[in-house]
Amino acid sequence: MVKPDVYHSLGLSDKEYQHILKILKRTPSNTELAMFSVEWSEHCGYLCSRKWLKLLPKTGKYKTLIGEDSGGIILDDLAIVFKMESHNHPSQVEPKQGAATGVGGIIRDIFTAGARPIACLNSLRFGLLNQAYNKYLLRGVVNGIQFYGNCVGVPTVGGEIYFDESYSGNCLVNAMCIGVAKKEQLMRARAFGAGNAIIYVGSSTGRDGIGGCSILASNEFKEGQDKRPTVQIGDPFTEKCLIEATLEAINTGYLVGIKDMGAAGITCCTSEMASAGNSGMDVELEDVPRREENMEPWEIMMSESQERMLVCVKKGKEEQIKKIFLKWDLNASVIGRVTDDGLVTIRDNGKIVAQINAHSLTKAPIYDISYRKPGYLRKLNKLELSKIPDSKDYNKVLLKLLAAPSITNKAWVYQQYDHMVQTNTLVLPGSDAAVLRLPTTKYGGSASGGKRTNKGIAATTDCNSRYCFLNPYRGAQIAVIEAARNLACSGAHPAAVTDCLNFGNPKKPESFWQFKNCVEGIRDACRSFNVAVVSGNVSFYNESPKSAINPTPAIGMIGILNDVNKACSQNFKQEGDAIILLGYCREELGATEYLKEIHHLTKGDVPQLDLKLEQAVQKTTLKAIEKGLVNSAHDCSEGGLAVALAECCVSNKDKMIGANIDNLNYNMRLDALLFGESQSRIILSCSKDSAGKIRKIALEFKAPFYVIGKTGGRVLRILNGIEELIYLSLEDLNEEWNGSLKKKIEG
Amino acid sequence: MKFGVVVFPGSNCDQDCFYVIKDVLGKPVKYIWHKDTDLDGFDCIILPGGFSYGDYLRTGAIARFSPAMKSIAEFSGKGGTVIGICNGFQILLEAGLLPGAMLRNRDLHFICRYVYIKTENNTTRFTGLYNAGQILKVPIAHNEGNYYIDAVGLKELRDNNQIVFRYCSATGEVSEQFNPNGALDNIAGIINRKGNVLGMMPHPERSAEKELGSEDGYFIFQSIVQWLEKRRTW
Repeated sequence: MVKPDVYHSLGLSDKEYQHILKILKRTPSNTELAMFSVEWSEHCGYLCSRKWLKLLPKTGKYKTLIGEDSGGIILDDLAIVFKMESHNHPSQVEPKQGAATGVGGIIRDIFTAGARPIACLNSLRFGLLNQAYNKYLLRGVVNGIQFYGNCVGVPTVGGEIYFDESYSGNCLVNAMCIGVAKKEQLMRARAFGAGNAIIYVGSSTGRDGIGGCSILASNEFKEGQDKRPTVQIGDPFTEKCLIEATLEAINTGYLVGIKDMGAAGITCCTSEMASAGNSGMDVELEDVPRREENMEPWEIMMSESQERMLVCVKKGKEEQIKKIFLKWDLNASVIGRVTDDGLVTIRDNGKIVAQINAHSLTKAPIYDISYRKPGYLRKLNKLELSKIPDSKDYNKVLLKLLAAPSITNKAWVYQQYDHMVQTNTLVLPGSDAAVLRLPTTKYGGSASGGKRTNKGIAATTDCNSRYCFLNPYRGAQIAVIEAARNLACSGAHPAAVTDCLNFGNPKKPESFWQFKNCVEGIRDACRSFNVAVVSGNVSFYNESPKSAINPTPAIGMIGILNDVNKACSQNFKQEGDAIILLGYCREELGATEYLKEIHHLTKGDVPQLDLKLEQAVQKTTLKAIEKGLVNSAHDCSEGGLAVALAECCVSNKDKMIGANIDNLNYNMRLDALLFGESQSRIILSCSKDSAGKIRKIALEFKAPFYVIGKTGGRVLRILNGIEELIYLSLEDLNEEWNGSLKKKIEG
Repeated sequence: MKFGVVVFPGSNCDQDCFYVIKDVLGKPVKYIWHKDTDLDGFDCIILPGGFSYGDYLRTGAIARFSPAMKSIAEFSGKGGTVIGICNGFQILLEAGLLPGAMLRNRDLHFICRYVYIKTENNTTRFTGLYNAGQILKVPIAHNEGNYYIDAVGLKELRDNNQIVFRYCSATGEVSEQFNPNGALDNIAGIINRKGNVLGMMPHPERSAEKELGSEDGYFIFQSIVQWLEKRRTW
């Protein structure tokens, strides 16, 4: 009999323990109990979320691939594989290594699918920068991402950073990776074929990260607990070698399957590969390369040491595969064989220490979690505009918003990331979306050589969590749609989504209601664009005694450019261009950055969303860009029209261009006109001759079209009717937008 | 004519250099594994950017002891053409094939962005196609590019016209304001006395195609090609 406090300490409930007894028909050994505890943790088993995740569309306009650990789409003879994953709690505990190993883990999910990683993005959330610890977290996380990503040679091309009190005590680090493979080279994470070899490759196993997923990722934070030993340490140099060796090994055609030892280490790899391949596995722990003495079997099974993988290799080809890994000075050791008994058998020096049916181990129970609409919504959704004074000094407001950490230019961050290695990045970080040309894959997954396709991809991440807090359903819809809008602005057709769903404690009904509504919002928005959710990750328990986070369903989206040479960026390109606004400005101030920064209010309902209007605006933009009519395109998001225009003026520091907006005639609150965040708006600039042609395209799609001014000069000037609202020099705009983050972090 | 690109296990610009030589310049190129020592038949060796052996220690400190580097030292001793880019430059310094050393960047951050550099010496085999003083737009991406040399060494570099590139503004002004990493005298690239070994921090292979935003770096490789071809016809 196992005492309750033993399995409780591993994160298993009484009910789950009874379930285990039923499966085994006997008392579990220590090792077996440890294996169940990690496989049935929320992090690995998705006990609370699985029921709802089934709602998300798995097919879309591009043919999808859904693998065990990642997913993607087919583009001609290429597969674009991508996924986003959270590493929140490790980063909160040890920001540099937490973020670094988050990057390492997501990159492994991509190359174990047989794809060469070609780009990373990340979606980050921190508490306010006036607190020293949040500054420390930001610096640590950025340091970790640059430490790992730069060394491993995958460019970090984009992402987002937002700041909000709700993340004090629980920052979010969501890392995304994109890879490219020849269709026929894709690998699955499964093992089958009795007698085939199970080879352990990569770093040796230590005691780092034991219980990382069951204890760290599947609980709320409590103060004063030292969880540092549950965070792993990253070694990007080893990972770089693993990438090359793995792609080389896949090229031989001798591999049956391959899987990263991420969360739950060897336990996860053995049981999930066997289960996915409908087979069993007999593994000898004595043959596992180790870096520490006297490790117990359960410690070896639970260790989350980084840069390790399990490979299933055709019988008789073991030596050829081992040779490749040894060439890169990596461990490669045959630790077991595939069996056809459906059992995962773990031996320590021949003695069986665990024997569990692979399916029962990997099929964690699904829970039907109760949910309830949160009480705060009724109070907060009410916003009486008449009680909010219109700030008369719009220049001052605009400068303040441009300096707000969530809006201001993030160059301090992305210039620490190598975003150009592999020489595919065409639109660099700092625009609406990053644009990459596609590498050729002629030389066995190598990024080099062969003829290049004209097609390209764009990638972005998005989520306004204040919207999701005030209206989870529409907030999540907007996250998807704004990601699509960012892609459209770069000239790319929205193609597929990965999501990283960050929420609080799922056992709290109000928190789970947020989750359920966000998932439904993502589903409906994806359907309206006919894009699939091909991969993703759920991170619950993002709470600390200080705060529960805003619901944050981070959306990573990939788009396809039919002609990568037509890629578009956000900054004005030349003087004398016409400036066009597609879409309507409505009198909406709820949930805006303006209310938050200027009036210190998180209130109101989120902006309206009209999916038809959104489609019209995006299609007009795309067609105009593809016809080569557009010189710049930028969407209006946080901070509204005024901030978007200012960004168009100053986002190319070497060539700033002013604008004269003299054709607005709105009858509404002027702060709402300038800083309201009405959806479905895109600002284009084009040569005078092209404006008429774009108008015709807008008519075709029924998109609202207004020429609102023209580029030129050294000033941004915005009039409504004859009233001058904004008059600011480019130098002033640049000072706030380009200089503020560095000052707040280093000053 | 054959180019060789050295592959240390942690190199990550090796494929980019290989691609530029093969597909952009259309010249023969082969990889040289760091454990290999046979450089027979190569006319120009490229030491690419990256993290050679992880560089958890000082950059390039381990790479200098690799089997390939021993052969490269001999190769350069016989006048063979060697270019080290970024980590390659750091390795050349550690190996003593170029004078000086690298410190961490002035602000202690990794920096990835476009910079401008001025061609201070266009009489080398690497820069023959540039005009004197030509300004190039090329990206940097490094943590340790803060070049240092003692006063005697600096005088020697100047006296022998060994400073090939210096960081500058878009219009060519060389001053501290346009020095991204704190490098002494704004030094971005130097050559050895014999003129056959170049080290530079900026990445010409990342700026060798118009669609990437600049093709200014292309002419470094093309200069080498032209120099090698001329030599062959002598």
